[in-house]
Amino acid sequence: MNTYLDFEKPLADLDRKIAELENLSGNGEGPSLQDEISRLREKSSKQLHELYKNLDPWRKTQVARHPERPHFKDYIAEAFEDFVPLAGDRVFGEDEAIVGGLAKFRGRSVVVMGHEKGRSTEGRIKHNFGMAHPEGYRKAVRLMDMAEQFDLPVVTLVDTAGAYPGKAGEERGQAEAIARSTERCLTLPTPMVSVIVGEGGSGGAIGIAAANKVLILEHSIYSVISPEGCASILWRDAARARDAAEAMKITAQPLLSNKIVDEVISEPLGGAHRDPANTIRSVCDAIDRNLTSLEGLSPKELRQQRKERFYAIGRMN
Amino acid sequence: MNWLSNISPPGLKSVFGKRETPDNLWVKCPKSGELIFKPDLEASFWVTPSGAHLRVGPLVRFRAMFDDQKWEAIELPEVPRDPLKFKDDKRYVDRLKGAKAKISDRNKADPNGENIIQDDCMAAAIGLIGGKPAVVLVQDFAFMGGSLGMAAGEAFIKAAETAVARDAALIVCTASGGARMQEGTLSLMQMPRTTLAIEDVREAGLPYLVVLTDPTSGGVSASYAMLGDVHLAEPEAMIAFSGPRVIEQTIRQKLPEGFQRSEFLKDKGVVDMVVDRREMGKVIGSILGHLMSRRKSSSKGVPPVSQPRVDVVE
Repeated sequence: MNTYLDFEKPLADLDRKIAELENLSGNGEGPSLQDEISRLREKSSKQLHELYKNLDPWRKTQVARHPERPHFKDYIAEAFEDFVPLAGDRVFGEDEAIVGGLAKFRGRSVVVMGHEKGRSTEGRIKHNFGMAHPEGYRKAVRLMDMAEQFDLPVVTLVDTAGAYPGKAGEERGQAEAIARSTERCLTLPTPMVSVIVGEGGSGGAIGIAAANKVLILEHSIYSVISPEGCASILWRDAARARDAAEAMKITAQPLLSNKIVDEVISEPLGGAHRDPANTIRSVCDAIDRNLTSLEGLSPKELRQQRKERFYAIGRMN
Repeated sequence: MNWLSNISPPGLKSVFGKRETPDNLWVKCPKSGELIFKPDLEASFWVTPSGAHLRVGPLVRFRAMFDDQKWEAIELPEVPRDPLKFKDDKRYVDRLKGAKAKISDRNKADPNGENIIQDDCMAAAIGLIGGKPAVVLVQDFAFMGGSLGMAAGEAFIKAAETAVARDAALIVCTASGGARMQEGTLSLMQMPRTTLAIEDVREAGLPYLVVLTDPTSGGVSASYAMLGDVHLAEPEAMIAFSGPRVIEQTIRQKLPEGFQRSEFLKDKGVVDMVVDRREMGKVIGSILGHLMSRRKSSSKGVPPVSQPRVDVVE
């Protein structure tokens, strides 16, 4: 853990102090340091608990975007075996904002794909910060076609600020690509499970998230527009992002009560970035459980389940 | 304000001000600047002599598309209002109220005002186009920018279900800035929900046509607007995923003239035809004539259509 968020500043100060003291006692200077260190440790853990007990939607947005939050590639490395990456939309090019391929997941072969934001500077550029162009969604369609042909379930991990709003993408049919990809999810005759593991940014997210089961990590967000974008439209002031995040109900709990997501996966204390290994394990347990629950359904039933699931959202009783 | 108001003495201003005619009877063409007599504009479905396609509501579109200007309005489902208790500078419920009052006044003033049911940004009707049964769903930009929320999503589903039940084609005229932010992620969910409704139309072997009108962007363009069997667009309509302002902010340069306009989208392979509004009914009639030529004439029969009221000359 290297990066502290703005609201974690008191924690960062404490942790720095602890590190300094540890450094000093490592040098063998002064006998009373150990007491002080454990006192500060306790204070730090209390502080962490306090901060994360009731994260407001804006803070959750920051946690969801934390640079050290586990990314698609971390999930693949930790929890998927025999991963075969597949590239290209067969029409125009390869878009590494969405990574995908074949893999073994808890004993079964699956098609797995998701947004990858990248971590290093080069990585972020290579993956375009997880913001896909039309080719990304067309590759997703291609992989889902393959899932249909070979009767494989589909797992997607969603983590994007949104589809890339650029000139080239517009010229190549960004809107059409997203629409087709969403449609392909919905007509898929095999089980599909999606997890919002970071940011679920609008159309760029839904293009690979129209699944039988949609799960979300506790501090992830799923939104129709970024809080900053919403604030700049409604209040003409991007600085009102905190208000927008609050108003749009983009966090896990309200999404669950509105049936937009089916399950909330708990994060370790202090967020996924403080314990990636455990986060990945919880997410994969949940995917496994949900895939298993869908495995007995026929292609027709799977499509019907998806229809009923999405139609139920927001309906009057 | 006109040049007269700048030079006339205060006493005269009120005399000119009382005259209502210039405001109500003449409309300025945004393309050529000429003033057009409003009844002429109405007769040409709000297309100006220089070809500008002004934004219109469902009634004008129904008139422009249905045979003999006859249709039957489709009742649309009720949806929860303001599920998130959303408030920015104004409460969402108040915005809705304002928008409703605005379109209700406009619809009432129309000679066919009673032949429409509209509670949000969508209105639907069934009738014949080129002799083929068709449900037409029109998105109304005048109602909160045609934003896609739960009401619009349910309207779409209802229109698709009606098309399937009555063996009719589904035609959707899109006009929207995108999703309705005041309904948060619930509005995003209308993308897959409307897509599912299209699947039912496809499975029934019925045509789904999209008429892209100015403007169509965001979540609307990234879902049902781009899933038609045929995509028609009105001339010079702005059709985009991200609007030009967002892109200019991202790439920090001006976009070329005509970028994201109908003609540009046709060049890029996203739109089949750019069609003048006055020809829209005819073109759709031809397309339906071909696509529905192999269907046995439906036992569900020609849909009953109500007679539009005769225009009252005032």
